[in-house]
Amino acid sequence: MSRSKALNAGHPTGTGRQTSGRRSPKKYSPLRNWLGNFEWKASPYLYVAPFFLLFAVVGLFPLLYTAWIATRNYNTLTGDSGVAVCGATCGDSGTTANWLGNFNWVLHQPAFWDALRNSFSIFLLSSVPQIILALWLAWVLNSNLKAKTFWRMGVLLPYIVAPSAAGIIFSQIFSDRMGAINVLLQQIGLNPIMWHGSTFWAHIAIATIVNFRWTGYNTLIFLAAMQAIPNELMEAAVVDGAGKFRTFFSVTLPSLRSTLIFVIITSTIGGLQIFDEPTLFHNGTSGYGGANRQYLTVSMYLWNLGFNGVSIGQPNMGRAAAIAWLLFLVIVVFAILNYWLTGRLARGGGSPTKSKKKKKREARV
Amino acid sequence: MKHTMGLSSESEKRDMGVPAMEQIYGKGVARAASRRRKLDMTSEGRTPRWGSYLILTLAILIFVFPLYYAVSIASQDSTTTQYGVAALKPGGSLLRNIGRAFGAMQFWNALGGTLLVAIVVSISTVLFSTLAGYSFAKLRFRGKGFLFVFVIGTMTIPQQLSVVPLYIMANKAGLFGSIWAVIIPALVSAFGVFWMTQYLQDALPYELIEAARVDGASMIRTFWSVALPAARPAASMLFLFTFIAQWTNYFWPMIVLGPNKNSMLIVAAANLKGAYFTDYTIIMAGVILTTFPLVLLFVFAGRQLVSGIMAGAVKG
Repeated sequence: MSRSKALNAGHPTGTGRQTSGRRSPKKYSPLRNWLGNFEWKASPYLYVAPFFLLFAVVGLFPLLYTAWIATRNYNTLTGDSGVAVCGATCGDSGTTANWLGNFNWVLHQPAFWDALRNSFSIFLLSSVPQIILALWLAWVLNSNLKAKTFWRMGVLLPYIVAPSAAGIIFSQIFSDRMGAINVLLQQIGLNPIMWHGSTFWAHIAIATIVNFRWTGYNTLIFLAAMQAIPNELMEAAVVDGAGKFRTFFSVTLPSLRSTLIFVIITSTIGGLQIFDEPTLFHNGTSGYGGANRQYLTVSMYLWNLGFNGVSIGQPNMGRAAAIAWLLFLVIVVFAILNYWLTGRLARGGGSPTKSKKKKKREARV
Repeated sequence: MKHTMGLSSESEKRDMGVPAMEQIYGKGVARAASRRRKLDMTSEGRTPRWGSYLILTLAILIFVFPLYYAVSIASQDSTTTQYGVAALKPGGSLLRNIGRAFGAMQFWNALGGTLLVAIVVSISTVLFSTLAGYSFAKLRFRGKGFLFVFVIGTMTIPQQLSVVPLYIMANKAGLFGSIWAVIIPALVSAFGVFWMTQYLQDALPYELIEAARVDGASMIRTFWSVALPAARPAASMLFLFTFIAQWTNYFWPMIVLGPNKNSMLIVAAANLKGAYFTDYTIIMAGVILTTFPLVLLFVFAGRQLVSGIMAGAVKG
C-alpha cells in the first residue's frame, strides 16, 4: 500500500522520483506530505460517503418526494395531474385546488379515524403488558440459573418467526369457530369469543401476536440492563431490610430508566406502524381489516388506498403520502410524550442524574 | 485483591450458622446475613428456586405452542377450514402437505430470492456501516457531530413514509416486480451506522490506530487491518440481525414484487393464505417452509443473537 502511494507521488512531477522505488517514509517530500495530509483529511469523508450517498437516494430523496406527492393529485396508475383537490368530501369550499387537499380529504374519512383508533388500541394493548411481562421474565432470568444460555435462547425463539407468519398461525389459534382458544373455552364451559368479529377481542388477539414476538426480545434487553446494576447496590438494599418487591421497585426499576425509555420509544415507533400481523389475521373471507374495520390500522389504510383498492381518477398516491405524513406526525408526538412520561415516572423512584453520571464514567473506563 | 478477600469471607459466612456469625462478626453482620438468606441473595446474585424454572418453562412452552400448532395443522389429513381440537394432535400428512406447499410456492425460486436479498443487504449494510462507524467513532472531521445527529434522526423515520415515492421510483426505473427493488432501498441502514459507531468507540483504542499510522500504514490500510478485525464481533451481530430482518420483512416486498409473489418466501407464504383460504394444511406448510431455515439459523447462531441483543442494550 505505502509503496504504491510512493509511486503515485513520484510520477507526475519528478520531485519524488529518487524515493519512488525505495521505502523510506521518513524522507521529506512536499508532494508526498501534501498527499498524506490530503489522505488524512479526506478519508473520514470518504468512509461516510457511501452511506450518505446511498441514503440520499433511497432515504432522503424519497422523504422530500413524499412531501411533494402529498400535495399533488397523484394517481397510482396515471401519475401526477396537478395540485391536490379535496373535492366534495370537504364541502363546497373544497372543490378548488389546495396544497392541503389530500390531508383534508384523509381527515374527513371515518376509515382513517377508525384506523388511528385501532392502531393506538393495539399499540397500548401490546406494549404495556409486554413491558411488564418482559420485566418480570428478566427479573426471573437475572439469577444464578443453571443452563443460562438455554433459557435465554428459549425466550428469544419467537423472534425468528416473521410477524406475517405469526399472523397466519394466530389467525387459526384465534379462529372464531374452532380455534384452539375457543375450543378450550368451550371445554371449560365458557362461551366462545368472536376474535375476528369483535373490535376489542380482535385487538387483544393482534396484540397477543405482537407480544408473542417481542416479549422475549425485550426480556433480554432488560436482563442486560439488570446485570449492569452493581451488586453492592442490591445487597445494600437487602441489608437495609428491603424485601423482594421493595428492592425491585426502589433499586432495580429506577436503574432501568434509560433502558425503559429506549424500549418504550422503539415500541412506539414500531407499534404504531403495525401492518403485517393485522393484515394476515383475517379469516379468509372478511376482506382487509375486518368487515367493519375492526382491525384496520393506519398502515393498512395507507396500503389499501395507495396500492390495493386503486381506481383511476382518484389521487390515491397523494392521499397515501398524506397518511404517511400524518402517521409520522403521530409517532413523533407520541414518542416525545412517552419520553416525557417515562422520565417523570422513573424520576419518582431514584436519582436519574446520578445514574447517568455513573454510566458516563463507566463508559469512559 | 480486596474483591477476592471479600468473596472468600462471604463464602465462609454462608456455611456458618447465624448464631456463630453473631459471636465472631457481631450482631449487625449476623442480622444482615439472615435477611440476605431470606431473600436467597449471595454475593453473585439471587439463587433461583424451583419456581423460577417453572415460570421459565411455562413461558417457553407458551412461546413454542404456536409453532407446534402450525406443524400440527400442516400435518392434518383432511382439509377443512376449521380444525379446533383435532389440530392439537398431529396427523400423518405433514410431508404430503409440505410437498404441496413446496410446489405452490415454487420453493427453490422463493428461497433463492430471499437468500439473495438477505445476503446482499446484510453484506452491504455491514460494510458501509463499519466504514462510516469507524469514521464517526475514531476520526476527526468537520461536521461530524451534525452528521451523526442526522444519522440518529433518520432512525425514527417510519418505513411507511418512503413507500409511496420508492414505489414510483421503482416503476420509473423499470424495477417493479424485480427482486432488486427490494434490495436497493435496504442497502444502507442508519441503525447499522449507529450500532458500529457505538461499538468501535469502546472496542478500538486510539493507540492501535496511532501505532499503525506510525508504522506507515495508509488510512485505508489502517481501516482494513486494525479497525475491521476489532469490529468483527459487532459486525457479525449486525449481519445476523439484518439477515433476519430482511428474511421476515413483508410490507415492502409485498408491495413492490407485485405479481411476482413467488420470488420471495415471505410473500409466497402469505399469498398461499389468499389462494388456498379454505385449506390451512397447505398454508401452514408454507409458513413452516418460510420459518424453518431461520430455525436452523437459530440453532447455530442463537447464542450470538442473545449476546447481540444484550450487548446492544447496555450500549444503547
